Amino acid sequence: MNVRPSTARQLGLINCHDCHLLVDADQARTHARCPRCGARLHLRKPNSLARTWALVWAAIVLIVPANVLPITVTITLGAKQADTIMSGVIYFMQTGSWEIAVVIFVASIFVPFAKLSILIFLLLSVRFRSAWRPKDRTTLYRLTELVGRWSMVDIYVVTILVALVKLGAVAAIEAGPAAVYFAAVVVLTMFAAESFDPRLMWDVVEEDV
Amino acid sequence: MRGPQSQPQPPGQSGPAGANAPQSPQVPARLVACPDCDLLHKLTPHEPATLLCSRCGAVLHRHKPDSVARSLALTLTALILFVLSNSFPFLAIKSGGLVQETTLLTGIRELWKQELQGLSCLVLFTCVLVPLVQMIGLLYILAPLQWGRRPALHAARVFRLVQEVAPWGMMEVFMIGILVALVKLGHMATIVPGVSVFSFGVLIFVMAGAYSSLDAPLLWDRLDLRR
Repeated sequence: MNVRPSTARQLGLINCHDCHLLVDADQARTHARCPRCGARLHLRKPNSLARTWALVWAAIVLIVPANVLPITVTITLGAKQADTIMSGVIYFMQTGSWEIAVVIFVASIFVPFAKLSILIFLLLSVRFRSAWRPKDRTTLYRLTELVGRWSMVDIYVVTILVALVKLGAVAAIEAGPAAVYFAAVVVLTMFAAESFDPRLMWDVVEEDV
Repeated sequence: MRGPQSQPQPPGQSGPAGANAPQSPQVPARLVACPDCDLLHKLTPHEPATLLCSRCGAVLHRHKPDSVARSLALTLTALILFVLSNSFPFLAIKSGGLVQETTLLTGIRELWKQELQGLSCLVLFTCVLVPLVQMIGLLYILAPLQWGRRPALHAARVFRLVQEVAPWGMMEVFMIGILVALVKLGHMATIVPGVSVFSFGVLIFVMAGAYSSLDAPLLWDRLDLRR
């Protein structure tokens, strides 16, 4: 590009979050709605940093009980066995189904932790007005947005097991307390990724040029 | 149907991603701002198949042939498969003389009975309600466009809803959950996959196809009822 690139913000335009119509910021006073799709117009997602921090912190708090408490309780012939997420992964590895162990490990342990770390990194990079590789940071953001939903796998597995296995006295599976905490972590991190505005990273770079 | 010119050029604004290039507001090209980095791009009628943001690499525009007809067909298929998937058991478990079948909905009810109302609602929401809203919403928007009628009442709002709930539709994740549960229970009892597992498996691909053949900028243009 031979001319200096310009952004919608520099030209006083608001990009509608939902239908991507460009609306003149002067016409759109505060709380105005998009003339095409009716979404609320904001130059940037409102309170993006504060909201994302709040959701990230909440997820950090809940991820502890999610990993420490049992996610399933299996009752076989009167004997109770409680499994945490990690002990479930180890169980799969020992019984030889390592593919399943990998799926559960990636979806339930690696992705939530990676997602929280990336979000914290992105938040800090905006906070400290970092100019480091904004393109790669945007890619990281897109990745977190894309991958977060897959963490729900374990919740669904628990759901199916609980619903399916109630064979009277022979065997039953109950959901442990971690199931609720873990579901909350997944939902909170999804909201956190949604409330982060990647354009803030670029704003900071442009302002500091 | 109105062309790409229908979007008004904001008065006094310059065009092709250059701050100091003044131009008249009647250019037959339109501006799009990158949703991820806010950079402005000029979208000309003769775009290449895919336009990527020159700064951050986000997909700004992708040409999709027969978008309306294809999405409509795939959405209809998805709806039929969805009804099938919810009418038949997805797993049956055999242990001793006991046979137990579970459909998606009885599973959700079972969770509710076991005092897990939150999880029960989450599964109902992500695997039943959201996909249903997506499918019915898309049919509502696409059908009138396909047959050359005016867009349906509040179609723009419906499309906004369909796009906003999309991240929460998690049928494909649920499918992986079914597979994991199959393996896990395989150690304990005999598991018989039901009709629903197969229709569900096809459904997630059909649904993904319906969404990826959707041309959002084109739809927004056609649903635009201003004037």
